[in-house]
Amino acid sequence: MNDKKEKWTIALAGLAIGVLAVTLVAFGNPANMGFCIACFVRDIAGALGLHRAAAVQYIRPEIIGLVLGSMILALVRREWAPKGGSAPMTRFVLGFFVMIGCLMFLGCPFRMILRLAGGDGNALFGLAGFVLGIVCGVFFLNRGYTLRRTYRLPVTEGAALPAIMAALLVLLVAAPSFVFFSTEGPGARHAPLLLSLAAGLIVGALAQRTRLCMVGGIRDFVLFRETKLLLGFGAILAAAFAANLVTGSFHPGFAGQPVAHTDGLWNALGMLLAGFGCVLLGGCPLRQLVLAGEGNADSAVTVLGLLVGAAFAHNFGLASSADGPTAAGRIAVVIGLAVVTAIACLNTFRKEAAQ
Amino acid sequence: MKQLDARGLSCPEPVLLIRQAMQSGDACYEMVVDNHAARENVTRYAEHQGYAVTVRQEGSDYTLTMSR
Repeated sequence: MNDKKEKWTIALAGLAIGVLAVTLVAFGNPANMGFCIACFVRDIAGALGLHRAAAVQYIRPEIIGLVLGSMILALVRREWAPKGGSAPMTRFVLGFFVMIGCLMFLGCPFRMILRLAGGDGNALFGLAGFVLGIVCGVFFLNRGYTLRRTYRLPVTEGAALPAIMAALLVLLVAAPSFVFFSTEGPGARHAPLLLSLAAGLIVGALAQRTRLCMVGGIRDFVLFRETKLLLGFGAILAAAFAANLVTGSFHPGFAGQPVAHTDGLWNALGMLLAGFGCVLLGGCPLRQLVLAGEGNADSAVTVLGLLVGAAFAHNFGLASSADGPTAAGRIAVVIGLAVVTAIACLNTFRKEAAQ
Repeated sequence: MKQLDARGLSCPEPVLLIRQAMQSGDACYEMVVDNHAARENVTRYAEHQGYAVTVRQEGSDYTLTMSR
C-alpha cells in the first residue's frame, strides 16, 4: 500500500471514529465519553465486583467489540498470529500504572481527544503532560529501550482474551445477579447494547486496519517526523469537534466539564504517566486492545494490568472525581512515575543486545 | 550488504534498528521482520531515505531488501 493511500485510509477511519464516538454520546454514553478505554475497563472491573464504586459498574460492549472487531478483521486479512513472551510481567505493571495515570486525569488518550473536541480546556493540560510523557519515552527508545522479542505461541494463548470478551458479552446479556450494574452515575449512562457493540466492532476493525494509536502518532512524529498515525489522531479530533457542534455538545470552558476536574497540574501529571508508560508498552490502551485481538498475549496481559489498576484505583481511592484528585491518587501517580522510569532505565541501559 | 534480524520486535523498534544501521550509509541492507506493521513501517522509512525496497515472503517472515 503506498504512502498516500495509507494516509487517506487512516484519515477517513479517524473521521468515522470521531463521528461514531459522538453518536454513542447522543445515544446515552456519558458526555465526551463515546470511547474511553480506561473508563470502560474500569466500569468492567466494577461490574465484576473487582471494585465497589457503585457509580462506575457496567460491562461496556465497546471494549468487547474493539477486541473482537480487531480479531475478526485480523483473521480475514490473515494477520492473526498468537504470540507473546516479551516481558509480560513488566507489561502488566506498566498497564497497571497507565491506568492509575488515566484515572488521575479521568480518561485515556482517546478520551483526551474527545474531551478536547467537546471543549474541555482541562484536557489541554492533559495533552501537554501526554506529549511530555511521550518525549520521555522516546528519550529511552532512542537509547535502545526494548522489552525484547515476542515468540510464536499456541493458538490458545492468543485466543484467551477474545474468549474472555465473548464470555463478558454472555454475562452482559444474561445479567446474572452477581454482576453489578450502576443505577446512577457514569456507569448507568450508556448507549443501547447493540449500538455500543457495533461501534466497538467497527472501531476495532478500523484500528486494526490502520494501526491507529494515540501514542504512536506523537511518538512517530517525534522519532521520525512520520505523520501517518498523527493524521488519525487529528481526524478523530476534527470529526468529533464537528459532530459536537452539530449535536450542540460543544461547551468550551474549564469548570463544570463532564467527568473531569480542573486541577491542571495533576491532569498533566496523570497523562504524563500514561504517555510515558504507553510508549514503553508500544501503544495506547486502544492499541493494546486491538493487538490483543490480533492474538498478542503480551497486550492481553497489559489489558489485565489495566483492569487490575482500575480495581486498585477505586478500592484505594486513587481515582479522581469531579471534585479533583485525591491525596492517595497523587502519591500513586508519583510512585507510578518512579516505577515507569525505573522500568525504562532497566530495559535501556544494559550491556547485552536483544535476544 | 548489512543483514538485520527484527523478528519478534514490535514497532517502532524495527524502524529504529534500520535507522541506526543506515547511519553507516551502505548501499544495501536486508532485514527480516515477522509482522505486517514492521514490514510497512520499515518499507516506508527506507523509501523516505531514498532506498528501493523489495519484499520477499518466507512462511510468516518477510525479508526486506533495501538498496540504492
